[in-house]
Amino acid sequence: MSEATIYERLTPLFQDVMDTEIVPTAVLRASDVEGWDSLSQIRLVVAVEEEFDIAFTTAEIADLPDLGSFVALIAHKAT
Amino acid sequence: MSQRWSSAELPWLPEPPKGAEYRAATRACSDGAALQALARHRLDGNQLHALAKQLARLRESGAELQPLIPVRLALLANGAVDLIAPALIGTALRYGIALEVWKPGHEQVVQAVLQPDSELYTKVPDVVLLALDYRGLLESGGFEHWSMLRGALASKLVAPVIVQTVAPPPEAYLGNYSRRVETSSRALAAEFNRQLLDAAEEHGDLLLDVSALAGSVGLEAWDDPMQRHLYKLPFCQRFVPLYCEHVARLLGLLQGRAGKCLVLDLDNTLWGGVIGDDGLAGIRLGQGDAVGEAHRAIQQMALDLRDRGVLLAVCSKNDDARARQPFLEHPEMLLKEEHISIFQANWTDKASNLEAIASALDIGLDSLVFLDDNPAERAQVRDALPQVQVPELPEDPALFPRALLASGAFEVLGFTKEDANRARSYRAKAKRAELRAGSRDLGEYLESLEMRATFNEFDGLGRARITQLIGRSNQFNLTTRRHSETEIRAMEDDPEVHTLQVRLTDRFGDNGMVSVVICRPVAEAGCSAWVIDTWLMSCRVLGRRLEEAVRDELVRAAQAAGVDELWGQYLPTERNQIVREHYPKLGFQKMAPRGEATVEGECWWRLRVGGYLRAELPIEVVRRSS
Repeated sequence: MSEATIYERLTPLFQDVMDTEIVPTAVLRASDVEGWDSLSQIRLVVAVEEEFDIAFTTAEIADLPDLGSFVALIAHKAT
Repeated sequence: MSQRWSSAELPWLPEPPKGAEYRAATRACSDGAALQALARHRLDGNQLHALAKQLARLRESGAELQPLIPVRLALLANGAVDLIAPALIGTALRYGIALEVWKPGHEQVVQAVLQPDSELYTKVPDVVLLALDYRGLLESGGFEHWSMLRGALASKLVAPVIVQTVAPPPEAYLGNYSRRVETSSRALAAEFNRQLLDAAEEHGDLLLDVSALAGSVGLEAWDDPMQRHLYKLPFCQRFVPLYCEHVARLLGLLQGRAGKCLVLDLDNTLWGGVIGDDGLAGIRLGQGDAVGEAHRAIQQMALDLRDRGVLLAVCSKNDDARARQPFLEHPEMLLKEEHISIFQANWTDKASNLEAIASALDIGLDSLVFLDDNPAERAQVRDALPQVQVPELPEDPALFPRALLASGAFEVLGFTKEDANRARSYRAKAKRAELRAGSRDLGEYLESLEMRATFNEFDGLGRARITQLIGRSNQFNLTTRRHSETEIRAMEDDPEVHTLQVRLTDRFGDNGMVSVVICRPVAEAGCSAWVIDTWLMSCRVLGRRLEEAVRDELVRAAQAAGVDELWGQYLPTERNQIVREHYPKLGFQKMAPRGEATVEGECWWRLRVGGYLRAELPIEVVRRSS
């Protein structure tokens, strides 16, 4: 799955979870979004698992640094 | 809803607006009523979160929160409940509650409860939710630990406490043997829950049955080890809306919110089809037809609720006489006119009729629960009367009872002895106990059953069940002859065939149609006889002497028709040994086989009907003709 497709499907999830109209990009950081904290990150991970029908392992999520690498991880998992 | 029905999605609530539209609707809420209206949708965790944030914004700006009632909840839970608290606030809005949640610091429940000057007590909560799960309890002292906490709360607080059962972890180290070992997680959870129920009774606590909730959605789904390790979540995040809905229901009950009357639509709800178009014989209801059984189960649910004290009403777009006809004449109707407190069948809109029902019963509109298969009617009522509870229903009526009950419309705070006395299930159990004690012999037992057999020829109303019995009965079936529905329909009008369908009721209820007989007249060697082509009976009424009542009925009919004898044939199969001696037991004499024997062991029996004396039977007989 291309990263462009992932961003297309990730955007509405991200906006729902963060309660924002901001469009997510690879360079977007938590400090850029008001509602982005550790709790909303959990909700984002769970929403992504459902949307892409994938399951992350504990290690993958524990070591996640930013949105760009999250998208790369989704691309790797969702074939 | 094309997906499988699951309570996890709160499918009894209508769909909310999606995405940006929902976010805009949330931000547009400028008062308490608007928040409540939005909360009445099927909201997921994110949407509940957004709603809670909007409530916080309104609070800050000092906006009007009426008609919301402020409630302070102390949430005492192990694990991370930061996801649960905002979702609880969002969900409580559904029940007209502006919730404030106080919670102790991470894993500080014990300290908060035991310190006399803890914020828990200085904040004076209206309600306490003691939400300890399996890991929070059974890995730290089990029931004794719980009991210590509950006792400390009791000594310092008068607020009602919601306590919850625990769901066992799905991992069972001893496999199927686990329950038999006291120290296994399954046995520990079961024992804890048992003790908790007693203690809850003693303290007058409200019970949140998490064990049942987790069981409904599946333990393996409920318990998510990854989310637990990563975020310390006590259960899978997906079920937060369902958990919060159940907590909020109890909060709603404490505010006096309760369903009191179930208002039923008729066509495609209480029966399949449309009475006005399909007629009495065309509607689908009762045994012999899967759709008919589904509708009968809906009626049974209504009756069970009625026994629990819920009033029943009818609201249907129909002519009054047409609408009442099944209640009066259809044999498979469990609901009778006397069960219905208010019967509104007319062509006025349903919202007006619901208002009329509420006013006639002198109860609030918010005590009405409306069950209707038609999505358009539901939407219209919800729109006109938002106070009325209108559960969304799946397409398949087989799921209506589950959807209605899962919606929590008839949640109760308590079930008193008086309630129990009303309840038929309890009454029936008591009656059975009384019977065992009082019945010294079988005869007295059968007498005490107050049985009534209804005999009728085949007709359109019975056709589906007759076909089913003929197609499926193997044990109490003398010839195991299968006949198609077409053949059975032909027999209804065939003067050359004598047919009998038998229904049996007793003091415990209606057993439905339980026996079928088909006789064909013959004249041979100067004797006129009825050959019994088919005689079958449902095994659940074995040993009730019903077959003797059927014999007497056949004799009576044969006498009336001027017939000399009944001829019965037994065709043995692997399954019908139980009726090998059927005819001799009923006084038939052996006769020469008619024609070549088709099956090894086939035999024939005859009974002269002239001068026959009928038996004294513990069964009252009613005859109907179509």
